[in-house]
Order: sequence, then C-alpha cells, then structure tokens
Amino acid sequence: MSKELVLFFLKRITGVSTTLFVLFFITFFTLRLAPGGPFDTERAFPAEVRANIEKKYELDRPMWVQFSHWMRDVVHGELKDSFQYFGKPVKEIIVESLPSSILLGVLALFFATGVGIPLGCLAAWKKNQWVDRFVQLIAVSGLSLPSYLLASLLILLFCTYLGWLPPALWEEPKSLILPIVTLSVRPLAILIRMTRTSMIESLHSDYIRTAYSKGLSDSKILFKHALKNSLIPSLTVLGPITANLITGSFLVEIIFQIPGLGKHFVTAVINRDYPLVMGVTLVYGTLLVFCNLCVDLLYHWADPKMRIDA
Amino acid sequence: MKGKKLFSISIGFLLLISLFSTFAPLVTKYSFEEQNISERLESPSFHHWMGTDNLGRDLFSRILYGARFSLLSGVLATLIALLIGTITGTVAGYWGGWVDHVLMRIIDFFMIFPTLLMAILLMVLFGRGFTGILFALALTSWITQARLVRAQTLQIREMEYVEAAKALGLGPIKIIYKHILPNLWGPILVSLSIQIPTNIMSESMLSFIGLGLQPPYSSWGTLANEGFRAMKSFPHLIIFPGLVLFLTLLAFNYLGDELRDRYEVR
Repeated sequence: MSKELVLFFLKRITGVSTTLFVLFFITFFTLRLAPGGPFDTERAFPAEVRANIEKKYELDRPMWVQFSHWMRDVVHGELKDSFQYFGKPVKEIIVESLPSSILLGVLALFFATGVGIPLGCLAAWKKNQWVDRFVQLIAVSGLSLPSYLLASLLILLFCTYLGWLPPALWEEPKSLILPIVTLSVRPLAILIRMTRTSMIESLHSDYIRTAYSKGLSDSKILFKHALKNSLIPSLTVLGPITANLITGSFLVEIIFQIPGLGKHFVTAVINRDYPLVMGVTLVYGTLLVFCNLCVDLLYHWADPKMRIDA
Repeated sequence: MKGKKLFSISIGFLLLISLFSTFAPLVTKYSFEEQNISERLESPSFHHWMGTDNLGRDLFSRILYGARFSLLSGVLATLIALLIGTITGTVAGYWGGWVDHVLMRIIDFFMIFPTLLMAILLMVLFGRGFTGILFALALTSWITQARLVRAQTLQIREMEYVEAAKALGLGPIKIIYKHILPNLWGPILVSLSIQIPTNIMSESMLSFIGLGLQPPYSSWGTLANEGFRAMKSFPHLIIFPGLVLFLTLLAFNYLGDELRDRYEVR
C-alpha cells in the first residue's frame, strides 16, 4: 500500500467515526428532549415505583452520563433491553428484523437498477419518439407518486380485485413482489432520468461518432461504449438510493406488515423506547456509512479521473 | 412545444387548486367537519362529488380544506428552508475558509442520512401538528438549498463584475446583496419547484403514519391514512385524495423540469 492510500483510509476512518458520533449524539438528545417518556401511561405509577423503574434503566442519571454509558456499552457490544417489548434485548430484535429489511432493500435495488438503467438507455436511444415519451411518463409519475399510494393501488388491483397476490405479511416468495415494486419505484424513476440524460450526452460525443465510423453495430456502441461512461452519474446517486432503500422502507414495512427494522424505528420513536431507537440508529448509521464507502470505491473503479483527487 | 403546453397546464392546475382551497367555503357548501351519520360512506354522487367518509363528512370538502394544510406546509417549510439555505449558502460560498468547511461537513452529514427519519425524530421533539411539521420539514430541507446556493455563489464570485465591485471598495454584504443575490433567482426558483413537492410528499408521509395533523384538521396525508384503512370496502376514500395529491405533485414536477431547462440548472 502506498502512503497516499494509507492516508486516504485514515482520513476516511476519522470522517466516518465523526459522522457516526454526531448521528448518535443528535438522535439521543433529540429524543430525550422531546416531551413524554417511555413510562408515561394513562394512569400514573406510584412515585416509588416510578423511581425504581427510572433507577433500573438509569433514567435518573444526568443525560450526558446516560449517553456516555450508551457509547461505552456499544463499544463492549452491549445494547440493553427494549422498553416496549418488556425485557427483550435490543440485539435480539435487530437480529430478528434486520434480515427482512436488508432482503427487501437489496431486491428493490436490483429491481430498480435492472429495470431503470435499461429503460433510461432505451429512452435515450429512441429520443423524442413515443417509447421515450412513455418511459419519461413512467419516470415522472414514479417521482410524483408517494409510496403509500402506489402500495394502496397495487393492493387494490392485485389483491382485492384480481386476487393474485397476498396483500400483506412476509410468508411466501409471492408476498415479496408488491413491497419490492413499491419500494423501488422512486429510485427506478431517478435512475431512468439520470441514465437517459447522461446517455443522450454520451451519444453525442466524439468517440461515439468514431465508433460509428468504424462500422460497429448499434448494440455494441450502445452497451459497450456509451453505457459505461453514462453510468458514472448514476453511480453518484446509488449511495443515497441504497440508503433510502434500507432506511426508507419503514412505510412499506408498515403497509405490508413486514417485520422489518424501519417499522421498529417508527414505533420505538413514538413510544420513546430509547434503547431500541439507539440500537436501530446504530445499525442504520453503520449500514449507511458502509454503503457510501462502497459507492466511493465503485466510483474510483469506474472513473479513472477520480483517482487523482483521492 | 410539448414542454410549454405541459408547463401552462401545470401552472393552471396549481393555481386552480390553490384558489379552490383558499376560497373553499365558496366552492363547496359542506364544511370539512360537519358530520352526517345518515349519509356515511356513500359512493360518489351528484350531492357528494367524491362520496362521504365514515362519519358522513363530504370527501370533496375535506380534500379542499386539506389542500390548505398540505400546500401551506410544503410552501412555508420550503420558504423557511430557503431563507436559512440562502444565508448560509452565500456566506459559505463567498467567504470560503472555515465557514465553508463547517457548512460542507454539515451538508455531507445530511446527505448521508435520510431526511424522513430525521423528520420523524424532529416531529416528536416539536410535537405533532402544523408547527411541528413545518419545523421538521424546514430543518431537514434547508441543506438542499444551501448546497445549491453555495455552488452558484462560488461561480458568481469569480465573475468580473464582482471583482470590479470589490475594486470599487464595496463591502461583502453589499456585494452579496447587490451582485450575487440577483443572479441567484433562476437557481432559487428551480430549487423551489423541486423542494416544494418534496416537502408536500414528506408531509403526507408523516401524516400517513399518524405523526401529522390531529383531527378534526386534515391534510391529504391524513385523508389517505383514513382511506387506507377502509380501502378494501370503500376504495373512493383513498383514490380521490390520492389522485389530487398525485396530480399536484405531477404538476410541480413538470413545472420544475421546464424551469430547469429554462435556467439551465442541472
């Protein structure tokens, strides 16, 4: 490894740790400063009971002490127990629900890239023809349709009227279809637009003209020469897209009753289940940072011009 | 030509829906909270254009009154975000140095983390309801504005007329106000046309999961939430609010596309 590469990694690692620390800090204190607490019930507990509960969960200590204890526990690989699922370790909840969230996100990512990039190419190839218009209509509709509405329409059509697919739950491969489609529509639309724009640009460039004059076939020019260069802009959005697929799945998880992490995040925030919120934040933060790192590496691999600035 | 036509239709639709919701009492004779149990869950008819909900409230009226909250929260949150974003963006872009460095760090941070999850956290901090939504959306969306304004300021800063102004002894605040801001209108307009629908959509999602407005007030998101629960037997309850929301967002998106082409902002 060269010296520059070591420096690059050191810089990245400090950057990543600061980002994560800020994230935990913000999440922790936002949630704590919010009115209401985990043990606020309709009928108030007797004062002694309350004091005991708060003592057990360290809620009576100053906030910064609680935060530093949480950080210490994380370093030791401890995550405490959830409040809302009495005594269930946060670690267990995460281990149970993370796989479905990741499966959902990864499949949606494959679907979005697998359909979005070819459609974008097609639209650029047939620019201003009816195919292009149609693809662009799909893209702009995808951007304008909130995921819960799309989900409702899909459920109405495929479950209520046609009866082809199950409306909810996470049991058979068939029940994956609607959640994946719902989750991937927005990234799909974004990818179509990005690929189309950059593809049109590269189809006008000199090296494509050269390729034509060499007598190469259309498909070879399109897929071998133009596509590779026009994928670079799409790669930049892949980071945020992956992030949104993993963390943005909460609505889809709620609608289709999928036992995923996003659903836990929302209910935990609402119920002030501090340990669970922090646990999910830890997982999300790590995943997001990891995704971004992967995209950076991909970027370096795809665009040699980027390597100089590293 | 096609773009221009869509542009006009979009503007027309948005104007129409803003006017209708502003003057809702003149458009519909039903109030949004008037319950009429004998007419509950009716399908669309001549009396109730879009049917009624489970308390017999006229859905068309509820959508019109809901538009007030949906549009207002989207627009106001974007304007607050624009104010914060323009100030930080021009300052960071013009001065550079550590101010710029700090802003870029913050932007990087927000770029990684999904705004909707942040908004959920902020919602519980500020409390459910209109102001909560406003602040949650504004605080998560000013980053986009700041990034855009900063990038544009960096470009304008290098222009000769700015140099000339400097040579004439104008102070930085005057230069920003007189020479940089006027050149930012195009990009700002474009960013508004992108951010407003994003915020309207975020509001509807927050409302959909029950973090938005509380009854009897409703936005399109809360209507969709109610509609979703009764969807299987009474699909009109989700289809109409959904359709209006979709058309509004579509209009904003067409508007944004045209503006982007016109001002050549990427």
